[in-house]
Amino acid sequence: MAKVPSDLKYAKSHEWVRVNGDVATVGITDHAQHELTDVVFVELPDVGRKIKAGEACAVVESVKTASDLYSPLSGEITEVNQAVVDDPALVNSEPYEDGWFFRIKLSNPAELKALLSPEQYKVQISAV
Amino acid sequence: MPCRLRESGRRSRAGGFVLPRALEWENARSMKRTPLYAAHQKLGGKLIEFGGWEMPVQYTSITDEHRAVRQAAGLFDISHMGEVLISGPGAEAFLNFTLTNDLSKLAVGQGQYTLMCNEGGGVIDDLYAYRLAAQEYLLIINASRIEADVSWLTRQLAGFNRRNQVKLENASDVTGAIAVQGPRVAEFINSCFPGPSAGGTTVAQASDLKKNQIARFHWGNGTLWVSRTGYTGEDGFEVVAPGPMIEAIWDRILAAGEPCGLKPAGLGARDTLRTEVCYPLYGHELDENTTPIEAGLGFFVALDKSNFVGRSVLATQRASGMSKKLVAFKMTEKSAPPRPGYPIWGTGPAAAQIGQVVSGTQSPTLGFGIGLGYVPPEFAKIGTALGIEIRGKRAPAVVVPKPFYRKPD
Repeated sequence: MAKVPSDLKYAKSHEWVRVNGDVATVGITDHAQHELTDVVFVELPDVGRKIKAGEACAVVESVKTASDLYSPLSGEITEVNQAVVDDPALVNSEPYEDGWFFRIKLSNPAELKALLSPEQYKVQISAV
Repeated sequence: MPCRLRESGRRSRAGGFVLPRALEWENARSMKRTPLYAAHQKLGGKLIEFGGWEMPVQYTSITDEHRAVRQAAGLFDISHMGEVLISGPGAEAFLNFTLTNDLSKLAVGQGQYTLMCNEGGGVIDDLYAYRLAAQEYLLIINASRIEADVSWLTRQLAGFNRRNQVKLENASDVTGAIAVQGPRVAEFINSCFPGPSAGGTTVAQASDLKKNQIARFHWGNGTLWVSRTGYTGEDGFEVVAPGPMIEAIWDRILAAGEPCGLKPAGLGARDTLRTEVCYPLYGHELDENTTPIEAGLGFFVALDKSNFVGRSVLATQRASGMSKKLVAFKMTEKSAPPRPGYPIWGTGPAAAQIGQVVSGTQSPTLGFGIGLGYVPPEFAKIGTALGIEIRGKRAPAVVVPKPFYRKPD
């Protein structure tokens, strides 16, 4: 079973969210990186970009596929993780730590309620 | 030589992103399975739909399996491919009329890469032809082209003047095949298929086979054919046997090769391996609207033999040139990998789209993006700068010599 940390929230599309005040850090889950395997390239959004929840804002490429990432929340990109651009394998080895993608300053924190709890996400991925 | 791999990431009906899903359950029942289906499941293979077949794209990871083949050994199920037997006094003449390479060069127990073209010189399939006995030939054809090839050969035979001297048999449904590839394969192949040979090339043991040679071996209650051929650019062997024998053969090779680092490898690694050595894949580099000359395979077109289907068009192309040419290119800056379908652009102030990528990937061995695509001949020179359009932006690339990867001597 893939790792599902209990201090995070999750999107149905396999992103995780770590909230710190009104800033959220976003990455892809252990389940997602395991399905993708071998990440070879990551394309991150520009800092300062305003995005809406559900909007495609990053790309993860494995050997076989290019996959879009959808922002789980609305707000403004405040920071992106150059480390995964320089070393895409971090997404596979540390999906919840050094393999994070970007940070958003939330414009609508109420959206957090719509995200999945760790238990709900576990149910989703075990149903596959 | 597998057929086109389908992109597996897609959007769900609700609009959100859905991860690549291994299997479309609705299609599962209509897909064909090889004799190794249970073996793939047991090994944890991620099964995908592939040209109507349920096949493993990977077991652990594509990169892992690719590296195993380059450094030790990998084991591939290729039972989805087709096998056609052509025999009789008229067999050689018939095949030399329908295939581009010169079959008369084949000794008993020898094979050659060849192509089958239509009257316009377009490729119906690329394949291997083996001479099993004096008047007996085995064709190994692409899984996606079995119906097209057999239909074409049958029609050609109906109009062939020596048709009463030719027997054609499609053995695809009752035959399986396995490829074992890598620098360490020669260390354990003999323990899998003890010699001496019992047909084809005369050898005391399988590892005595030279490249492109094929021999029959007694195995269990029957016999099988082993050839020193492959699709990866590494040393290796391919085994062709009746379907019921395939699972036992697979298990035997897996056990014998494990101490040498043998790993099962899926279609994903098969594709990255063949791309690194610029081997064509039907449906990508080759199709019915592309000639072998355009694909850079003129070496396998014997214009000096007697007439064959497509000859006049190919001779004209050889003499006066073609409108498109296959080039190998590599990405020159850190970028996303090139992929089939991406537009190819020229460079400079008057840059325009000049072609399309037909194969592409991040090379696991080389660590940069590599690809193949068709461009007008004036853009085909080594060193020509290209732009590969990836998600609306052009990433720089350069035309390089084939192959991208060559075994160090």
